[in-house]
Amino acid sequence: MTVKFLYFAWVREKIGAAEEHVVLPVDVRTVADVLAWQATRGDTYAAVFTAAGIIRVAVDQAHAQPAASIGGAREIAFFPPVTGG
Amino acid sequence: MVVRVQTADFDVGAELTAFTAGRTDIGAVVTFTGLVRGEANGRELRCMTLEHYPGMTEAELQRIDAEAHRRWPLQSSLIVHRIGTLHPGDNIVLVMAASPHRLVAFEAAAFLMDYLKSKAPFWKKEVAVDGTGSWVDARDSDADALGRWS
Repeated sequence: MTVKFLYFAWVREKIGAAEEHVVLPVDVRTVADVLAWQATRGDTYAAVFTAAGIIRVAVDQAHAQPAASIGGAREIAFFPPVTGG
Repeated sequence: MVVRVQTADFDVGAELTAFTAGRTDIGAVVTFTGLVRGEANGRELRCMTLEHYPGMTEAELQRIDAEAHRRWPLQSSLIVHRIGTLHPGDNIVLVMAASPHRLVAFEAAAFLMDYLKSKAPFWKKEVAVDGTGSWVDARDSDADALGRWS
């Protein structure tokens, strides 16, 4: 499954890209799975994604909790807690 | 019922005039304006940059607005949020809520701001007068504010 990943704020700066297209392993099924998988993609990703509980996730432009399925997702975004307003 | 994300400034008076134009049923409008403060964590601020998630931002603001209308008998609502580079004293965000009586308008405006601050995908990066930039951390008090509506 090919999915578009988006990164925002300091997550974008640390990863060094605003977006990338990735092929997800078939056993990556939930938001928690994709966060864990990201942490295995090298030192840069590990540094960002092992800070468990900090990175927020949106699936197809809606907030998603760790247990949520990513089945059929076209766009998954990773970002720090929001600070607008 | 109207949600806008824009780089341009907004005029609170003009927005209020347009918001109530032609209406004789509205009895109360509560208006909230958020501004850029010139100080952050004890440091003087030169400017800040507001980044957002195009597409999700508008969708999330619509969801927040719809939830406010589900909870209160609002006659009208408006959310305007700026993005890009802003300086101390600049407007950041505008929320308006209209109802026949004041209590609903006060509560709904507070709800809209609390939800916006915890859910809408905006991120602030502050630049101090010495040129150092830092991403603003989310505040526990914002999450606490959300809790009072659950």
